[in-house]
Amino acid sequence: MAFLEIDGLKKRFGSVEILKGINVELEKGGFLVLVGPSGCGKSTLLNTIAGLEQITEGEIRVDGRAINDLHPSKRDIAMVFQSYALYPNMTVAGNIAFGMEMRGVPAAERQAAIDKVAKILQIGHLLNRKPSQLSGGQRQRVAMGRALVRDPKLFLFDEPLSNLDAKLRVDMRIEIKRLHATTGTTIVYVTHDQIEAMTLATKIAVMRDGEVQQFGTPAEIYNNPTNIFVADFMGSPAMNLIPAKIDGNGAGLSVVLDRESRQPIVLPMPGAPAGLSAFKDKQVIFGVRPEALTDPEGAERNGSAIATADCHIEVVEPAGSDTFAVTNLGGKGVVARLRADARIQPGTSTPLAFNLSKAVFFDPATEKRIL
Amino acid sequence: MSTVASPARPASSGVSARTINRIVIYGLLALFAIFYLMPLFVMLVTSFKTMDEIQNGNMLALPQSPTIAPWFKAWGETCVGLTCAGIKGYFWNSIKMVVPAVLISTLLGALNGYVLTKWRFRGHTLVFAMMLFACFIPFQSVLLPMATILGSIGRFGVTLQNLTGFNFGLGNSTVNLVFVHVVYGLGFTTLFFRNYYEAFPTELVKAAQVDGASFFQIFRRIMLPNSMPIFVVTVIYQFTNIWNDFLFASAYAGTGDVMPMTVALNNVVNTSTGVVEYNVNMAAAMIAALPTLIVYVVAGRYFVRGLMAGAVKG
Repeated sequence: MAFLEIDGLKKRFGSVEILKGINVELEKGGFLVLVGPSGCGKSTLLNTIAGLEQITEGEIRVDGRAINDLHPSKRDIAMVFQSYALYPNMTVAGNIAFGMEMRGVPAAERQAAIDKVAKILQIGHLLNRKPSQLSGGQRQRVAMGRALVRDPKLFLFDEPLSNLDAKLRVDMRIEIKRLHATTGTTIVYVTHDQIEAMTLATKIAVMRDGEVQQFGTPAEIYNNPTNIFVADFMGSPAMNLIPAKIDGNGAGLSVVLDRESRQPIVLPMPGAPAGLSAFKDKQVIFGVRPEALTDPEGAERNGSAIATADCHIEVVEPAGSDTFAVTNLGGKGVVARLRADARIQPGTSTPLAFNLSKAVFFDPATEKRIL
Repeated sequence: MSTVASPARPASSGVSARTINRIVIYGLLALFAIFYLMPLFVMLVTSFKTMDEIQNGNMLALPQSPTIAPWFKAWGETCVGLTCAGIKGYFWNSIKMVVPAVLISTLLGALNGYVLTKWRFRGHTLVFAMMLFACFIPFQSVLLPMATILGSIGRFGVTLQNLTGFNFGLGNSTVNLVFVHVVYGLGFTTLFFRNYYEAFPTELVKAAQVDGASFFQIFRRIMLPNSMPIFVVTVIYQFTNIWNDFLFASAYAGTGDVMPMTVALNNVVNTSTGVVEYNVNMAAAMIAALPTLIVYVVAGRYFVRGLMAGAVKG
């Protein structure tokens, strides 16, 4: 039995269904990230776990106990809000202790708890300041301190890093990951940033329009997306989704990628799985991540199915650690990720290696994964 | 502006045009300020003059031999109607009415605003619209119905008196006025606080809920301490309105010892026996105007401080 279980959860506002039957579970000490575009219902889902929104149907269980009818303060949870929601009229210490004060914890015990948390988060020197005297990163720490001090069963984070600048965001991301590793708490974390999702999570739930599109480990989500939406949403730069045709010529199947005013590229698929043959002579969406489309020298040596084809390079983007090259296949811009020192010129033709063992195929009609 | 219209001209003419603009603007402002301050000036100088000087001198002239006797007379000796014990009793009447009325209406308005923004219920917009409607009711139209209600409350007070030996203040004129002012102030105070709390971050309320604070704990510990600017605005508004109210005061407490300041002042000025003591009248009027002035000066400072705190809250 999992530690956090969300079972058939539905949420309606009037006649509008915001959450359409969510089933998610998380082991103790796990880190669940709810990710999706704005309006997908991820924050609403978090609020229902917190008890700030009532649910219409279903059940939420923590440690085997149904909590969906309990008041937020009785659920043994702590929440970090997007705006940090620090009480402006109280000092940092007052903010951290407020929950304990409400629960009638004696002053001496409160002080001990504040000191302990301040030490973990290194905010001891800030305890007597007001939130208005803190920087963004410091406020973030205080908000986490307020959650930590409760020592709850479940931590809820609602886009906690989205108000920070890019560098601080990366620092705090590492901080949160370290905190999770040292304290071993169970965390549910909402973000729209797929990099945060990939780096922090032990489990990811990709959401859209009130439904979980895919639920799994970061590696599963990244390597085996169940549909076009997940494939497109996760990963940066995004997965190349190229309209293609499956061709069968005697020996085996091959993928045909059209090109404007050039010969189509034909990629043989010797070990093609059986599922693909059903799409013989039909249109599919051929999905290949930028790192599976690279210069032949940089391609994985032991990749089982590497196919090389000359591609016309339109744009070259040196990013320091890598060089991205944009070519045009099937009427779409396709990004290839090359080594930083790859000698490549825009406007020329260069052989690119397709790692077909990492490629995925989608049905253009249903947008679902073929294999 | 002239520099924009003709950039070829030397800069000095632009400067002089700007100077003329400034002179015109400040001249007009000064003129209006003088126009508005003139009555206050006349009141102030008259209150420090002797009667001889008033009868023989110029209204605008400064007092030749300044005296504060009229102020003492107004406070302690002047006749209000038939009793000649000054206005001090009525001044305290007003204080006893204004302070509870302002505090109760402001706190209830804050509570209403809190519920209407953070604990929304079905039909909350309708309730708010109806409360807003209270702001547009002309007070003259409610004089008679309110008198009937106050009469009923008074009779209930008598019943309580007979039953328990204590009437809980029901039927007392000051209590009546407090009640009336609270009821008719609620529309405004609710409007002020509702609009302020509309922009108040709801996440703070949610955080407090997760922290285990109750409805009233959130109100007292989170909402009120962060409402200083609107609290001061509401207090200034309510204090000025209630202190200066003459209509309700004269209708429900228009005679005897229970008169508030405004009614008493009217009676001082309207006394028809003997010579009209303009200096005493002016001093009484100044005393009557003083509390609102003090509220502006004292609370205005907190108002600015409150605004500053909000500006850096981020």
